[in-house]
Amino acid sequence: MTAPNASDLPTVSDRLAKNAMRHASERIIEMLLFAAAAVSVLTTVGIIYVLVSESIHFFQHVSIVDFLTDTQWTPLFDDAHFGIMVLVSGTVVSSAVALAVAIPMGTVIAIYLSEFANGKVREIAKPVLELLGGIPTIVFGYFALLMVTPLLQKVFPELPGFSLLSAGLVMGIMIVPYIASLSEDAMRAVPMSLREGSYAMGATKLYTAIHVVVPAAFSGLAASYILAISRAVGETMILAVAAGMQPNLTWNPAEPAATITSYIVQVALGDLPHGSIGYQTIFAAGLTLILITLCFNILGQWLRRKFRENY
Amino acid sequence: MQIHDNPTLKAEARNLNFFYGEAKALKNINMPIYDKKVTALIGPSGCGKSTYLRSFNRMHDLYPGNRYEGEIRFYPDNTNLLSPEVDPIEVRMRVGMVFQKPNPFPKSIYENVAYGLRVRGENNKRVLDDKVEHALKGGALWEEVKDRLNDLASNLSGGQQQRLCIARALATDPELLLFDEPTSALDPIATGAIEELVHELKKRVTILIVTHNMQQAARVSDYTAYMYLGEMIEFGKTDEIFIKPSDKRTEDYITGRMG
Ligand SMILES: Nc1ncnc2c1ncn2[C@@H]1O[C@H](COP(=O)(O)OP(=O)(O)OP(=O)(O)O)[C@@H](O)[C@H]1O
Ligand SMILES: [Mg+2]
Repeated sequence: MTAPNASDLPTVSDRLAKNAMRHASERIIEMLLFAAAAVSVLTTVGIIYVLVSESIHFFQHVSIVDFLTDTQWTPLFDDAHFGIMVLVSGTVVSSAVALAVAIPMGTVIAIYLSEFANGKVREIAKPVLELLGGIPTIVFGYFALLMVTPLLQKVFPELPGFSLLSAGLVMGIMIVPYIASLSEDAMRAVPMSLREGSYAMGATKLYTAIHVVVPAAFSGLAASYILAISRAVGETMILAVAAGMQPNLTWNPAEPAATITSYIVQVALGDLPHGSIGYQTIFAAGLTLILITLCFNILGQWLRRKFRENY
Repeated sequence: MQIHDNPTLKAEARNLNFFYGEAKALKNINMPIYDKKVTALIGPSGCGKSTYLRSFNRMHDLYPGNRYEGEIRFYPDNTNLLSPEVDPIEVRMRVGMVFQKPNPFPKSIYENVAYGLRVRGENNKRVLDDKVEHALKGGALWEEVKDRLNDLASNLSGGQQQRLCIARALATDPELLLFDEPTSALDPIATGAIEELVHELKKRVTILIVTHNMQQAARVSDYTAYMYLGEMIEFGKTDEIFIKPSDKRTEDYITGRMG
């Protein structure tokens, strides 16, 4: 009953054996991939665990109400105060200055690159932008301190040598490439047929860009803004170098102030004994920082879902 | 009957050639478009129907490397739509277009229809309300959407979206309306609604429609043009073209021996 060349064909058990081999190697690859993923997840979990457990010690000494409402941040003084809002204000003001620069500039650049620039300009501009994004932030910090601050002082002579304004402006410039690049991708993903619909109505390129392309790409734009906020809130070096590090509850960008991040770097570089309350403030501040970024990430997800592209 | 036999010209292609870069897509096309009539463009895929249609509103100007030769005369003012001195935006102000796939903007139903009016600088709420309603009625969509004008247009069905696109084009009172296979993405019922609409619309506007569907061409058009490999093979009254085409290639295509 066997076919004449049956011996040339792999038998069922051969095939099964091969299958089993393939399964085995696939299983190994799968496990490696899983391990790689697990490492990053575990690291995150570990970080959060340390932050939370150290913060719990901290909050055994300081009440959450004081932490959120006190108007002074003097953890290393004899008369210690732990008002995180002092640091939050510095973070909020410097980020606001940065975003006020980066969002309009980044969006305009993205609109230009996606809608107006020809292929050659785009070929040159994109790598230049990415280069700008690759400059170490410490360089930006000294740029703020040694170039931007003196320049600003020519216009506002009262501006102190360290200020949230100068650090924020430079931080904004640093963030522009992120917004420009991500927003450009989002706008280029808008199908040509939508643009053609608008042009066919007699609209100009600019009108089409503003009234059709930008709304159609909105969720991508929002995502890039959220990423920018996270970058600004988490930025450390520029602020440590150019914004001064004294805790200062202020909403005035023209003043120097510490931010959450610059405080952490300052204390972490000092030699505080492990387990001291001053040491634990780092973790409480770090937890605050993570919670703030988490809020923005959730907001970003929500915006994404709400304004899901519906071409 | 006499009046119908002597229609006025709305537009006329004269020795029209078109090039995508080096590739010649339209070859010496001469063809009249009659005022307040429906003219259908038929022909096998790739023969240049869309290319020809999109010359009327200078859509090709959007992409580099495209080149027109010849003229499209537009009446009554006898403008050459293709003249480099004529601003494509001016052309598009007078010539509307409905695309193959409905392409509503990511805006409300109301704002979609008001779009062209706003482009033209109209911002008076009362005028806009009025024209939006009128256009939606013209697009046979008013009854279905009048209670939800502020809903996103993307929530409409495909057929409704296409009628919205027609209403959007109608809102600015174009003199010529171009349709590029407007029903190819729609089911038979939605298709029927659009065909009926086209029939209704020719009282107000001159229509040039590309279709792959012979029955559709026969149903909706007064004139039919058969294109093949970038050439205009035959143009005539729809009845005549479908009953006794004078060119063998047209006959083959219509009877389904080709394409
Ligand atoms: N953007 C373009 N660049 C280069 N060639 C093109 C372009 N668009 C179309 N063509 C070519 O021009 C010719 C005519 O195309 P066109 O789209 O006008 O055909 P069509 O008759 O509308 O076909 P269909 O019925 O499939 O829509 C085809 O040979 C096509 O390959
Ligand atoms: Mg086509």
